[in-house]
Amino acid sequence: MSILIGRDTRVIVQGITGRDGSFHARSMKEYGTAVVGGVTPGKGGQAIDGVPVFDTVAEAVKATGANCTAIFVPAKGAAAALAEACDAGLPLIACITEGIPVLDVIEQSRKIARAGARLIGPNCPGLITPGAAKVGIMPGRIHLPGNIGVISRSGTLTYEVVWALTLAGMGQSTCVGVGGDPVIGTKFVELLELFEADPGTAGVVLIGEIGGDDEEKAAEFIRSSMKKPVASFISGRTAPPEKRMGHAGAIVSGGRGTAEAKVEALKSAGVPVADRPDQVPVLMSEKLSGVRGGSAR
Amino acid sequence: MKLHEYQAKELLREHGIPVPEGRVARTPEEARALAGEIGCPVMIKAQVLVGGRGKAGGVKMAKDPAEAFSLAKAILGMKIKGIEVQQVLVARAVDITSEYYVSLTVDRASKSIQCIASASGGMEIEEIAVKEPQKIVRFTVDPEGGLERGAHFDSLARAFGAGPVPEQAWQIVSGMYRLFTGKDCSLVEINPCALTPAGSLVAADAKVILDDNALFRHPELEKYRSAEEYGADEMDARSQGLSYVEMDGTIGCIVNGAGLAMATMDLIKYFGGSPANFLDVGGSSNPEKVLHALRIISKNPRVTAILINIFGGITRCDDIARGILMAKEKLAIPVPLTIRLIGTNEKEGRALLQAAGVGAFTELTEAVQAVVKATPRERARA
Repeated sequence: MSILIGRDTRVIVQGITGRDGSFHARSMKEYGTAVVGGVTPGKGGQAIDGVPVFDTVAEAVKATGANCTAIFVPAKGAAAALAEACDAGLPLIACITEGIPVLDVIEQSRKIARAGARLIGPNCPGLITPGAAKVGIMPGRIHLPGNIGVISRSGTLTYEVVWALTLAGMGQSTCVGVGGDPVIGTKFVELLELFEADPGTAGVVLIGEIGGDDEEKAAEFIRSSMKKPVASFISGRTAPPEKRMGHAGAIVSGGRGTAEAKVEALKSAGVPVADRPDQVPVLMSEKLSGVRGGSAR
Repeated sequence: MKLHEYQAKELLREHGIPVPEGRVARTPEEARALAGEIGCPVMIKAQVLVGGRGKAGGVKMAKDPAEAFSLAKAILGMKIKGIEVQQVLVARAVDITSEYYVSLTVDRASKSIQCIASASGGMEIEEIAVKEPQKIVRFTVDPEGGLERGAHFDSLARAFGAGPVPEQAWQIVSGMYRLFTGKDCSLVEINPCALTPAGSLVAADAKVILDDNALFRHPELEKYRSAEEYGADEMDARSQGLSYVEMDGTIGCIVNGAGLAMATMDLIKYFGGSPANFLDVGGSSNPEKVLHALRIISKNPRVTAILINIFGGITRCDDIARGILMAKEKLAIPVPLTIRLIGTNEKEGRALLQAAGVGAFTELTEAVQAVVKATPRERARA
């Protein structure tokens, strides 16, 4: 079991003829994902590795029955791509693109929410249900099917933690990169809610970083509404204030959004926070064995 | 992109917001001439992109052009938080009866634009929030609906009181909102928003930050870019597509991905070392980027060891290995290099390095412990 994506996910790739789009469409397909189509305006009728290309999202959805899109369109055209995906009625939109103007993200994420659809990202690695479907850019082979949910604001740091989990024999139900921008479609709390309800997930790993207060809000939700155990890692303890650390959303500003405040909030909600990425599996398995009265896994 | 006060005020003026008359001077002579044209008393204000100008002595009032000359002479060239003042704003001094605060920012949580207003201004909003939280009014504006005369006006009036002042505040906030949405800002702040004895509100000081991601659609704002926001090395890194922030430690870091780059710095600290920088080589797999990254870090005289940490996803380990070997050939890297390589095309990358006699770790923890050990005068914790 999993959340958001699985074997019945049928993906189209917007921007499939681009350098990144074509590379990752192939990689998703090789992982076993049903990549049923691609979209690049003006290139309809072509095929990329056997995947048919359409001029518009609406045409692609109509012809393929797609229920998910991965957006690789460059930042300048990304807002239009998001709008098109929403108008075509796709229920799940993963936007990998980095560098979209924040006012565009606000407008499109509101539109998507109003339509009852879900946006993951932007500026994110996408999501993966190991062994079933990959909608994004993460290396598939570091994952292992299992029952740990993973949510994160980062890309490669997620790989680091997922790899540690896999080495420890702790497989993952679904891993979701929510994105590194200040405004994102889906936040930690919404995903925690989905994992809490998913019978295939036993515990959740939350990987946060400096900036904003999504980790604090997650801590509040875990305290009030979650029975499943959560373990965490927060990056940016050494980051200087008022400096953007790569991600547009990773900034300590006016004394707010510090790693200390996030670690404190999580700990006070009973969430252990690892000092090192490789300690996450240890904390998770301690939490799980505590929950199950000493019988881990 | 952060703007100087005089640039921010230029944008405010273009959006119909009252701003005290003023222009920028680069020499004491220019300041004296401007003081004569504008009419004294004038404020002489250092134009630097850091806070605390007033406390540092960078903001003074001149009663006549001669004093404007001498004050500008003292302020130009002074260093505020390490940044040399190269220009001053010469602006008409306004009498102030009371000071308000008003700003627009992006509210991450509600995905809207947030307006913060306060009946007390002149200090940082964080300070107001601590000292007089009851005076702060916050409301969010749905960007699809825009400002609404009804509810939003009432909220503003709670900060700006009764009489004709709230109407002026409304006009100012409307202008700020047009600026915010029209030019893709991430902050528009007027502080203090000053009430004069004549009963007029004016923007006595202002801050504007632009959304870097949206600059492509505002070529007219490129003229505001200044070299001061980022150090020379940071500018150099940006031009090569690298994300770089200099810090004060001794271990140089090159990492792919911002979250992992921060975690790597944290881990260096955890094991008793200190990071010299944040550097994200980004997602694309270009050997040249590694070369540029190593060149920039090698220039930092404080660096006594370098750690390269790559978890290949989009980034391919063999491309990174090629970059490292290229750098070793082209640059004289004067300090020990520790490499951690894992992920996409790891086998190929490792083989390339091995053929050149260069070793690489697989596990991050081991690599960090090794680089801390390789750093003189810093003891490893493990």
